[in-house]
This record gives sequence, structure tokens and C-alpha cells, in this order.
Amino acid sequence: MAEEPPVPPFNVKDCSLVALATGKRALDLRELRDNIQFISPDSIYYHFWGTKMRPSFEDPDYHNDFATWAHRSLHDKTLAERLSMLDPTGYTTLEDLRRDLLEVIDERLDEIEQPTWVGRDRQFEFIRAQIVVFSTHLVVQHPREFAELMPTLSAGSVFYHFIDARRRNKGGVDDFENWLESWSAAAAAAPAGPPPFEDLRMRIRHIDPFFSSLTDLRAELAAAFRQHVRKSEHAHT
Amino acid sequence: MPILEQYAKVAGVDVIQHLRQLSEPLKGMRLVHINSTREGGGVAEILYKMVPLMRELGIDASWEVITGEPDYYVCTKSFHNGMQGAKVQIPQKLLRVYERTNAEAAEALAQRLHEAQVVLVHDPQPAAMIRNSGNRNALWIWRCHIDVSRPFRPTWAYLRSFVADYDASVFSLPAFAQPLPHPVYIIPPSIDPLHEKNIELAIEEVQSVCDRFEIDVSRPLIVQVSRYDRFKDPLGVVQAYKLAKRFIPSLQLVLAGGGAADDPEGEMVLSEVRAAASDDRDIHVLLLPSDAHRTINAIQRAADIVLQKSLREGFGLTVTEAMWKRKPVVGGDTGGIRIQVINHHTGFLVETPEGAALRIRYLYHHRDLMLEMGEKARRLVRDYFLVTRHLREYLAMILALLHGEEERVVLK
Repeated sequence: MAEEPPVPPFNVKDCSLVALATGKRALDLRELRDNIQFISPDSIYYHFWGTKMRPSFEDPDYHNDFATWAHRSLHDKTLAERLSMLDPTGYTTLEDLRRDLLEVIDERLDEIEQPTWVGRDRQFEFIRAQIVVFSTHLVVQHPREFAELMPTLSAGSVFYHFIDARRRNKGGVDDFENWLESWSAAAAAAPAGPPPFEDLRMRIRHIDPFFSSLTDLRAELAAAFRQHVRKSEHAHT
Repeated sequence: MPILEQYAKVAGVDVIQHLRQLSEPLKGMRLVHINSTREGGGVAEILYKMVPLMRELGIDASWEVITGEPDYYVCTKSFHNGMQGAKVQIPQKLLRVYERTNAEAAEALAQRLHEAQVVLVHDPQPAAMIRNSGNRNALWIWRCHIDVSRPFRPTWAYLRSFVADYDASVFSLPAFAQPLPHPVYIIPPSIDPLHEKNIELAIEEVQSVCDRFEIDVSRPLIVQVSRYDRFKDPLGVVQAYKLAKRFIPSLQLVLAGGGAADDPEGEMVLSEVRAAASDDRDIHVLLLPSDAHRTINAIQRAADIVLQKSLREGFGLTVTEAMWKRKPVVGGDTGGIRIQVINHHTGFLVETPEGAALRIRYLYHHRDLMLEMGEKARRLVRDYFLVTRHLREYLAMILALLHGEEERVVLK
């Protein structure tokens, strides 16, 4: 077996989101649109991804706060469905997501005669979040360790490394895939066969967070690492 | 047993580990909580546990209480009502008493405040202390526990003149947040799973409480625990019960609420409820003292379904309490009930007595679903609405504030 090249270890972090009011609210679709145009990108992020860190259950009807509000408060199922199709993983920047969000809303505003107005207790509240990141002191030296470790990671760790990472890393990749790429890059410098962990990296890349809770994502990631370890053990017996 | 271990048993070891990690950079920090009572009320209830929890995490936390003459409490009660929308007229004389009381408290606590790094002031009663505190090196945070979504503007304008001086504010729901010239955090309230209201009770105790009130635990039982207030819609609950009883003849209803000594409207509502219930021995209208925690606990545990059919509600901690006890909740589609009651998962949100009756029927028709929802309800509270989550968010907020207003705070 070729010696696996050294790569900096993976420092497992955890995080806590704290929500802040922006003071911006919307009573109808036009106000929603006008606020979305200028709101901080952090707020758009919160209303798409922050749902993962808030109380919810499997199979929510809609996958972001804008879609949910369109359905529950505006009773506009057409708009809710269109907004729900906006998948933030498909965007490299929040500005691109904002642009398409506005496009969907503008299209709907063109279609309707008069935006529905909701009562104050149903207004859309624009929130943004601060993320506090801290170390768990867990250090992973080799990807195989994640087979055992992944099921024990907190939801905050999964969020930080699998969701939040997409904002931090070039190409919008998560931290696990990013780390596995480092292994491939190191191996390329010392050629000895195919890039290590390529299958694992692809499998992780194809884990779709859109419909999954953080608990589900953790299970899928754990399964991916475990399968890789099993395959490696089988290849060496 | 150390308090963190006690909470680890109910909230989970991972939750406590998270708190330990988050509080590491805050070890030794001097933090002072200030409110106006050590006994009674939700704020005291939470501080009673939160302060020892902070201390066990290594934070030098203390709890100070501001006290005053009777006029001070008359004034602050008016503030409370005004912030919730009542059109109160507060004489200047009372405002001067309020300000003087806060100034005196600030002087009495001068040393403590001088040494503090964080001062967390709860609700309007001590809000003006900041004006008289020489120590502005500390982080001053104003925590509002009240529903301020529709305040009487003159009351809020007066209080805002003090609150604006703070470094940050905290409200329980986004709808409660008011515009202020500093960061406004949203941190929902929580319940203490180790409080008498929420601890596990032996089945014998539950039975004994039910026997006392002639409630038959072998028959279907629905319960609403709330003070007798029109916004809680107790008459709507009675109506829902009567509609459901046509299909569930053995159904019983318990309405349990606190006394209304200083609330004439409450007395009137209670009379109306008694009148509506008078022809049905299966409706139990209970008037309980505010400290009847174990009794309320037992009644909630005896219920199959808990109602909170409010027309308007702040956060709705009675919903949280019921959910912690594994009860599906049929709740009014309002306020904080909306973020706790998730349709088909932890209960149902309804608009009308008819809607409530339908859901009650539905749940009794699907007993297995009732149990499943109860388990989900408990998990939701364990993950999001216990005092440990509340503490976690306070810690994260303090860390964020200590690092300026950066969107991302990375601790070394």
C-alpha cells in the first residue's frame, strides 16, 4: 500500500447562532420585495439556511422562510412553491440568490392585481444572525476516524462544517470535501495511484442538504465515511 | 449532585458539553443580573437556576434585586400594562419615584456594578439604573420579557429614553422587538425542567390531585391552564369541549387558572366561565393559587391533550410546559404558540372552537398519533426551549458583543 501523504488535521468546530432583529418587516409582497432588495445578505442567509438550526420536523412543507410566509400568511401557494424551489446550494454568492429571489417575487407581482395585505401578527420579520464559532478540541488526523466520530458530532458542528462552510470555501464546498481535496492535492505531489478518497469525496459532494435535517445529514455523512472504511478494509484483505 | 450534572440528565450530556465549550472564554467574567423580585414570576424562576448554572460554568455571576416603596411598584405595574398596550396615564410624581428608586439602587450597588463586566437588566423595573451607574466599561444589556409588540407609545417612549443607552437589548420574539440604536437580539424564553412545575411526578401524586378535584383519570381529559382572561378564550375552550363531547361522551374538561385579586376583568371572565360550565359536571373550573406548581403539573400530566386556545398570546410558556410533559397541544394560531405547535407534529394550530373540537376528535380517533406527537413535543422542548438553550444563547450573545458587531465571531 502506498503511504498516504500527510495533510493538516481537521479541527472540529461547533457553533451557535444568535438571532438579531433587523427592524425590517413586511405586511405584503411588495414590502417583502422592497426589503429583500436592500437587506443585509446575512438576513437572506438566515432565512434560507437558518431554518436548519431552528425547531422543525421532517418534511416541512416549504424550505425557506420566504416560501413559508407566502403560504401561511399570504395564502399564495403558487408563490410559495416557486420560492421553495430556490435552492441555496446552487448559488456561489448570496447576491445571486437575492437576484433570483427578487425575480421570482417580481414575476408574481406582475401576475397579481393587488398584493395581499396581512395583519401585524402575521408580518414577515427580517432577522439576521451572528455565528459564534468555537473549538470542540477534537482533532481528526485521518478521514477514517470520521467513521466513528461523525455520529457523535453536534448539530452545530454539522451545520458549521457542512452548511456554513459553503460560504467560506472556494467553490462553495463543505469542509469535509475541502479536506479530502487536500488529501488528493497532497497525493498528486507524490504520485502513487489514483487520488485517495476520491469516491468518498464524490459521495459527500452528492449529499443534498436541501431536504435533510442536520440529524439526517450527520447520518448520511457517517454512512459515507463508514462505507469508505469498509471498502478500504475489504481492499486490503 | 452538581447542577450541570442534573441538567445533563434531562437536557443531554452533549448540551452541557456545548455550554462548557462556549463558556470557556468567559471564565471568571463578572456578570450581574438585576430584576425586581426574587420570588414569583417567570424572571425569578429562570434566574433561580440560570445564576447557579453560570457559576458552575466558571462565570462569576450574581443576582441583585431592586426594591422600593409602594409607589415604585404602582409605577412599574403601569409600565408593564402600558408596554402591553394599555393606555395608562402615569403621573409625574410616580415617574420621579421610579427614577429616584433606580438612582438609589445604582448607588447601593455601585461597587458591584463598578466591578462587573456584564450587567444584564431584566424588564422595566431596573431599566433606569444605567443612567446612574458610573461604570460604562461594562456591557449593559436590557432583557425584555414582556410582549411589547403593541405598546402604548408614551409609556414606551419614556422607557426607551433609558433603554437606548444600553449596549444591546433582548426580546423574546421578533414581533416584540422595538427599534433601538443598538443590536437587538431575539432569544425566546424557556422552562426549567427541574422546577416543580415540570419535574416528573409519581403516578400516585397525579391520581391524588385528580381525586381531590373529582377528575376521573380513566376517562378522556382535556385541560387548559391559564389565568381567566378574555385573550385566553376560556369560553371558546368550553365551546370546543361541548362540540367534541357530542362525539366523545365521556370527555372531561379542566380549566385551571390563578386568582384575580387585582384584576376585575378576570373576576368577570371567571364568572362567565362558571356560568357556561354550570350544567356539566364534567367541566372542572379550578381557581388555584399562583404557587400551586405541583398541582398544575399533575393536572397537565393527567391530560390527554392540552389546550391553549389563546386569541392573543406572548410566548406561551404553558404550551412549553405541556409539551415537555409529552402532551400534544391544540393552540391558538398566535404569538409564540406558532413556533412551538407544529401542525401534525406537536399539535394543531386552530382559529375557532370548531377547529379545536375537530382536532380533539381527531386526536382521540388516533390515539397512537397522540402518543407520537407527545414524544415529538417533548423532543422539541428538550432541543429548543429549556433553560440550557436560553443560557447558551446568552453566552453566545455576550461573546458576540465582546467581539464587536461582527457577523462571524471565531473564538480561539
